[in-house]
Amino acid sequence: MKYELVIGLETHVELSTESKIFCSCGGHAAADEPNDCVCPACCGMPGMLPVMNKRVVELAVTAGLMLNCHINRYTTFDKKNYYYPDLPCAYQITQLNHPICTDGLVPVKTSEGTREIRIKQIHMEEDAGKLVHEGNHSYVDFNRTSVPLIEIVTQPDFRSAEEVVTYLAKLRSMFRSGGISECQEGAMRCDVNISVRPEGSEEFGVRTEIKNMSSFDAIERAIRYEAQRHMDALEFELEELVQETRRFDEVSGKTFAMRNKETEADYRYFPDANLMPIIIDDEWLEQIKANKPVAVDEKAEDYRAAGIAEKDIATLLSNHKIAKLLDDTVALGCDEKTAASWILTDCAGILRKDGKTFDDLAITPEKLATVIKLVEEGKINRGAGKKVLIAVVENDVDPIAFCKEQGLDRQVDASAIEAVIDRVIAENPRAIEDFKNGKVKAAQALFGACMRELKGAGDPAVIKSLLDAKLAEQ
Amino acid sequence: MSKYTTIVCENGTVAVDDTLLVKGVCATAGSRMLEGFKPLFSAEAVTRLEQAGYTVKGKTAVGEFGLDLVGEFSYEAPQEGTLHGAAAAAVAEGDVRLALGVDMNGAPRRAAALEGIDFLKPTYGTVSRYGVISCAASGEQVGVYAKDAQGVAEAMAIIAGHDDKDGTSLPEASYTYDVDRPVAGMKVAVVKNLLDAADDAAKAKTEAYVQALRAAGVTVEEITVDAFAVANTAWQILMTAETCNNVSRYDGVKFGHRAANYKNIDELYVNSRTEGFNFLTKAVILYGSDVLSKNRYKDCYDKSLRVRRVISETMAKLFETYDALVMPACSKMSYESYDIHDAFKTVFDESVFTAVPNLIGTPALVSGGVQLTAKMYAESTLLSLAHAVEKEGK
Repeated sequence: MKYELVIGLETHVELSTESKIFCSCGGHAAADEPNDCVCPACCGMPGMLPVMNKRVVELAVTAGLMLNCHINRYTTFDKKNYYYPDLPCAYQITQLNHPICTDGLVPVKTSEGTREIRIKQIHMEEDAGKLVHEGNHSYVDFNRTSVPLIEIVTQPDFRSAEEVVTYLAKLRSMFRSGGISECQEGAMRCDVNISVRPEGSEEFGVRTEIKNMSSFDAIERAIRYEAQRHMDALEFELEELVQETRRFDEVSGKTFAMRNKETEADYRYFPDANLMPIIIDDEWLEQIKANKPVAVDEKAEDYRAAGIAEKDIATLLSNHKIAKLLDDTVALGCDEKTAASWILTDCAGILRKDGKTFDDLAITPEKLATVIKLVEEGKINRGAGKKVLIAVVENDVDPIAFCKEQGLDRQVDASAIEAVIDRVIAENPRAIEDFKNGKVKAAQALFGACMRELKGAGDPAVIKSLLDAKLAEQ
Repeated sequence: MSKYTTIVCENGTVAVDDTLLVKGVCATAGSRMLEGFKPLFSAEAVTRLEQAGYTVKGKTAVGEFGLDLVGEFSYEAPQEGTLHGAAAAAVAEGDVRLALGVDMNGAPRRAAALEGIDFLKPTYGTVSRYGVISCAASGEQVGVYAKDAQGVAEAMAIIAGHDDKDGTSLPEASYTYDVDRPVAGMKVAVVKNLLDAADDAAKAKTEAYVQALRAAGVTVEEITVDAFAVANTAWQILMTAETCNNVSRYDGVKFGHRAANYKNIDELYVNSRTEGFNFLTKAVILYGSDVLSKNRYKDCYDKSLRVRRVISETMAKLFETYDALVMPACSKMSYESYDIHDAFKTVFDESVFTAVPNLIGTPALVSGGVQLTAKMYAESTLLSLAHAVEKEGK
């Protein structure tokens, strides 16, 4: 039987803020010693109250915008209760009832095609500390306690490990370039919910959750292992699948059950009365939108969608000036792929010939757009367009005036073209003879002669078809 | 009875309940669980008083986490016989000019009523809770004990106002507290069903107070407000849930009491907490965990939040007609020591008099053994009424 994998992800991302989420401690990543970066608030001493770090809200909203989410204007915090020595208050401040972002969408492109992954929600929360075990003792390090996180929860929309890893790589690249998170080792952690069902089935299979993985490699291996385990269980009925939490052992490459549902904790979530609801008004949202950096990966997606070749995308991403020239030219009404070709092929060629680089390119988007439009609208042919472009790049001439001067913009009607063709045919009896004898090259030579006669005026396609018709009569 | 858990400065002018922090002075909130805990900073209200020239005389004993009637179940200063609130007694005896307390479930109001002094539980959000050993964040508020309304007003003007360190602190930088607004022509109502729930002594106190108000030209009517019983149940649910959550940080790992014997982390938690908390706190923790549990949340906690909103609206409507409500602060004017195993029920029943202001954040003033409440920010109305009666008595 063929099976289908169904995967949902919960991804925790540590935000790049100067201070922790509810206190002013900062720089935990650079802290050398355990508990170097703690204060009475983040180590749970009585008397301290959490005070919201505004920057966390702004970064969470920015992440939500990047993932095409709905931004909730009213957002609140809840407490999640559980005992663990690395959790100083014995509760984690998180968001259950009114998360900051909901209903997003992320296109993920793999060898199988593009799949749109729905984002259920993004919520803000605080991280826990760390336990260090040495011999018979355990030590608590609160440096990481209360470091701001966002958790991005997807719908069960992934169908392969490849999609999962591609999605995570995309998040990482977007968040890095967008200043959301450094995504350094351990700063991006994943819980994977996985089930398997017979292909074509609408019902979900029994779901297991693999907790807390941070390397893409481990995530991929864990998914492959777990998927196989589920399929074997369904196929051979050797074991009964139960809904449970599992952990992936990187050494053996296997997953192991952590605890089963019956004994799973009731986290007794309830609203945190110490933190007032956060209201994101229009003004604040607009400000966040205005400051939102364009993530490099997002840009690449745009270029890809426009049909620009990968090597050209690489050039555009590495050269801000060129990318801006393209954007501005497109904004003037040119097709993105066409404009990219004029810049990255034609301009680049002219520069290369002159021993220059893109840094020396001084063409304005207005002039470039004019050249492109002259050609696209059929007013001059592409060859003439190139001539104009060279003049613009080298001497910064006005494209329209240059066309007039050179007679490139002559409007030629079909009868004028026919007259030229007739003349060329009459003047080249040998070529006609060769053509009749089956020499294809002869036709090309005649076409070239017509083009020369017309000095760049006229649409090459029209010239070609008229010439072909005349030749057929011969 | 030992009033103080620590004397900070013999010549001090202020007593501070042990539910508030004073930098460097051990604070336990009356619990063995916080044995030896020395805070690194002072509560904002304490700092503001010190900056205004007051000095802390000492920390006054409270019942464990302020959960009992007046302070009878303090780990350091357990009481026998007739019960007193330590801070209220210190003020009544002229030991200090004023004291700070945390009103989370009415204990300071009851203590003030018993001593015949004043205590104001201010409007929620007007005084910073920074430095409060917090239990029920959504309803607790730092208040002032003083000999009279004038004393309360003076201290309130100093401690109230916005504090960046408390996310629930309201934006106003300061507030005005008047004691001599004209009261003649004001209209107040006595809550008859609460009067009926009190014993003869408490009833007599309230009735005498009503006479004094009338003498000052205040119109007094009698009304029945059924909302008080429902409000109390809702507040006990919210209060126990929040307390259960807030005391869960006392686990023996970081500070305070740690059991001598344990074999693993679970035993460290269980043994430390079993030894550290008294029976009342344990009952509150159990009750609080229950109302937060998955199966009960909707019917208990969530419902109480909705009740809170309804009571808010009910009371706001009443305060359109009346400037203030008058009622006893407790069912009797004297408490005797009792078995801690009965404490949960005893305190629950007694809180029917005090729960509404904790639940909805309105101000409440105890003066002359009687309680007055009014709408949000109407402290000056309460203080002026009390001041008028106090003037007459002098």
